[in-house]
Amino acid sequence: MNRVWVEIDNLHKYFGKNEVLKGINMSIQRQDVVCLLGPSGAGKSTLLRCINRLEEPTSGHVYIDGEEITGHGVDLNYMRSEIGMVFQSFNLFPHLNALENCTLALTKVRKMRKKEAEQRARDMLRQVGLENKAGSKPKELSGGQQQRVAIARALSMNPKLMLFDEPTSALDPELIGEVLDTMIDLAEKGMTMIVVTHEMGFARKAATRVSVLDHGLILEDNTPDKVFDAPEHPRTKEFLSKIL
Amino acid sequence: MNFHDLFYYFFNFKFFIITLPDLLRGLVVTVEIAALSLSFGFVLGLVLAVIRVTIKHAGSSSFLRILNFPLVIYVDVLRAIPPLVTLVVVYYALPFINITIPRFWAAVLTFVIILSAFAEEIFRATIEAIDRGQVEAARSLGLSYLQSMAYVVIPQALKIALPPLTSRMIAVTKDVSLASVIGVADLLKKARAAQSLYANPTPLFSAALLFTILFLPLVRLSMYIEKKLAE
Amino acid sequence: MESIIYNFFNVEVMIRARYLLWLGLQVTLKLAFVSLLFAVLVGLFLAVIRSLNIRLLNILIIIYVDLFRALPTIVLFMLVYFTWPYFGISLPRYWSAVVALTINGGAYFEEIFRAGIESIDKGQTEAARALGLSFTQTMFSVILPQAIQVVLPPATSNALELIKTTVLASVIALPELMKQAQQAHGSLANPTPLIMAALIFLVLLWPLVRLTGYLERRFAK
Repeated sequence: MNRVWVEIDNLHKYFGKNEVLKGINMSIQRQDVVCLLGPSGAGKSTLLRCINRLEEPTSGHVYIDGEEITGHGVDLNYMRSEIGMVFQSFNLFPHLNALENCTLALTKVRKMRKKEAEQRARDMLRQVGLENKAGSKPKELSGGQQQRVAIARALSMNPKLMLFDEPTSALDPELIGEVLDTMIDLAEKGMTMIVVTHEMGFARKAATRVSVLDHGLILEDNTPDKVFDAPEHPRTKEFLSKIL
Repeated sequence: MNFHDLFYYFFNFKFFIITLPDLLRGLVVTVEIAALSLSFGFVLGLVLAVIRVTIKHAGSSSFLRILNFPLVIYVDVLRAIPPLVTLVVVYYALPFINITIPRFWAAVLTFVIILSAFAEEIFRATIEAIDRGQVEAARSLGLSYLQSMAYVVIPQALKIALPPLTSRMIAVTKDVSLASVIGVADLLKKARAAQSLYANPTPLFSAALLFTILFLPLVRLSMYIEKKLAE
Repeated sequence: MESIIYNFFNVEVMIRARYLLWLGLQVTLKLAFVSLLFAVLVGLFLAVIRSLNIRLLNILIIIYVDLFRALPTIVLFMLVYFTWPYFGISLPRYWSAVVALTINGGAYFEEIFRAGIESIDKGQTEAARALGLSFTQTMFSVILPQAIQVVLPPATSNALELIKTTVLASVIALPELMKQAQQAHGSLANPTPLIMAALIFLVLLWPLVRLTGYLERRFAK
C-alpha cells in the first residue's frame, strides 16, 4: 500500500541569479500528509508550485506515481489534471457558480458528459459541506466557503495528490476553522496531501510528516512530534521558538 | 427667413414622404455595412489581442515573436490615421497596385480593420488585467492554455472590455456614413442625391432624423451598460 | 514591389505635390487648433452650467449632448454647410467646418468635463464655500484643478478624435490636407499624395495616440 507517490530529486530553482531552492530531495508516500513549514522566503511555496510545474524547476526531477512530470514531451495538462491545487487567494472563477467551477475541468479536460460532471461536482460539494451553495457565485460566499469550494473543485478531478499553498492565510480568523476541518477530513479519508501552512495546530494534528525549510534547503524532515518537541537543527529551534 | 420658409425648406413634409422609401433603402445599406464591420472587427480584434498576449508570455523562442512588430504597426497606424483617409486609400489607391475592391466591400474592409485595431488594444488591456491566479487555477486543473483563455480569461475580460468597446463600436458605426464619400449608396448618399434632385435640403434633415432615431438608443444603451458594469 | 514604390512612394510625384500638401496641412492645423479651442470652451461652459443643477437648463443641455453625440459628424457637416445659404448668410467653408466641429466636439467635451466635476467630492465645495469663497472662486481654485487630473486622459483622447475629424471638411470641399491630396492624386494620376497625406497624419497623430495610452494607464482608477 505504501508506494512512493511523489519523488523530488535534487530540485534547484533560480529566479534570475537568486537560488531559491538549493537541491531539494524528498520522498512522499501514498496517504502521507506533509506539512512544509519555515520562515518567509524559505522557498516553501516555490517548492510546492514546482511539483505541478506552475514554477519551472531550473534543474532536478519530480516524479508523480512513477511518471516524471519534469520530463520532455510529457502531457503536462493530463498530469496536472491528476494533481489538485488549492491557492491562498482561492482563485475561483468569478463568472461561474460553485457547481460550474467544479464541472468546468470535468467537461473540458476529462470530456465528461454534463450530467455525470454535475453529479460528481455535487458529491464533492457535499463532502465539503456546501451542497446547498451549488448555485451561488463566488462573490456571494464567505472566504471560508470560497476556499472550501476551491477544495471541492480540485477534488472533483479525483486527484492522486492535493497541494495546498497557504490555504488559510487569506482568511479571517473565525473562518479558518471550517477550512482546516475540511482538510483534516480529507486527510482521514486517505488523500495524499502536501500543505504549505503556518497553522501549527493543523500540522500537529493531521500531518504524518513535517518538513522545515529555510533558505532553500530542508533542515528537518520528520514526524510532527519529533520536529516540534525535539528539533535537531538550531535554525529550526529558532524558527519554532518565534512562532510557538 | 420666416417660419413658413423654415418648414418649406427644411422640414417639408411632402418631400419627406416622397424621399422616405429611397432613404430607407439607404439606411438598410448603412446597417448592413455596420453589422458586418462590427462583427468581423470585434472578432478580429479579439484574435489579435489573444495573439499579442500569447506572444508576450510565450518567451523569446516562439516563432510568433516576429508577428509582434507588424501587429504593433498595424494597431498604431489604424488608430492614428483618420478613417476617411484609410477609406480613400483602400478604395482609390489600392487599384494602382492591382487590388480593386468594390466600394461596398472596401468600406466594410476599412471599418473592420479600424475597429479591430481599437478592439485589440481594449481586449489586450483587459486580458492582461485579469489576475494571474485565474490562469494558474485553470492550468492546475489540467486545462490547456487555449482552454484557459477561452473558458476563464476571455469571459471575464469581455465584461470589463464592454464599456470602452461599445462606445468605440458606436463611433465606428457613425463613421459608416463616410462610405458615401466613395459612392456607396448608404443613407447619406441617398439623402444628398435627393437633395440635389429636389433642390431642397429636407432629405438631409430626414436623414439626420433617421440617424438620430438609430443612434440615440444605442448611445443611451452604452451609457447604461457603462454604469451597470461599474458596480 | 516596384509597383508599390512607383504608385505609393513615387519621389517625383512627392516633389511635385509637396506645395499643395503643405497648404493643406496648414489648413488642417488651423482648423484643428481653432475647433479644439472652441469645443473645449463650449464643453467646459456647458459642464459648469450643468453643475448648477437648474432643471430646465439641464434638460436643454442633455438634449444637445445626446443629439450631437448620436448624429454622425459628417451629417452635421453637411447640415451646417447646406443650410446657411437659406438664411441668407454666406458662411465660408472654413467657418462651417469650425462650427460643425465645435458643436460635435463640445458635446463630447461636456460629458468629459461633467464626469470630471462630478468626480470631485461634494465636501470640497462645502469646505470652500464655508471658507467664504464665491462660486467662481470655488470652481477655479478648488474644483477645476482637481477635475483636470480626472479629465486629462479622456480629453486628450477626444482631442485626438477631433483632429482626425477635421478630415471630414474635405466633403464640403475645404482644401484641408486630404482634399489637397485627392486633388494632387487626380491631377498627377498617381496615388502617392494620398499615401503622403496618410503618413503626415500618422506622424502628426501617432504621438497623441501614444500619449493617450500613457495617460489612460497613468490615471487608471
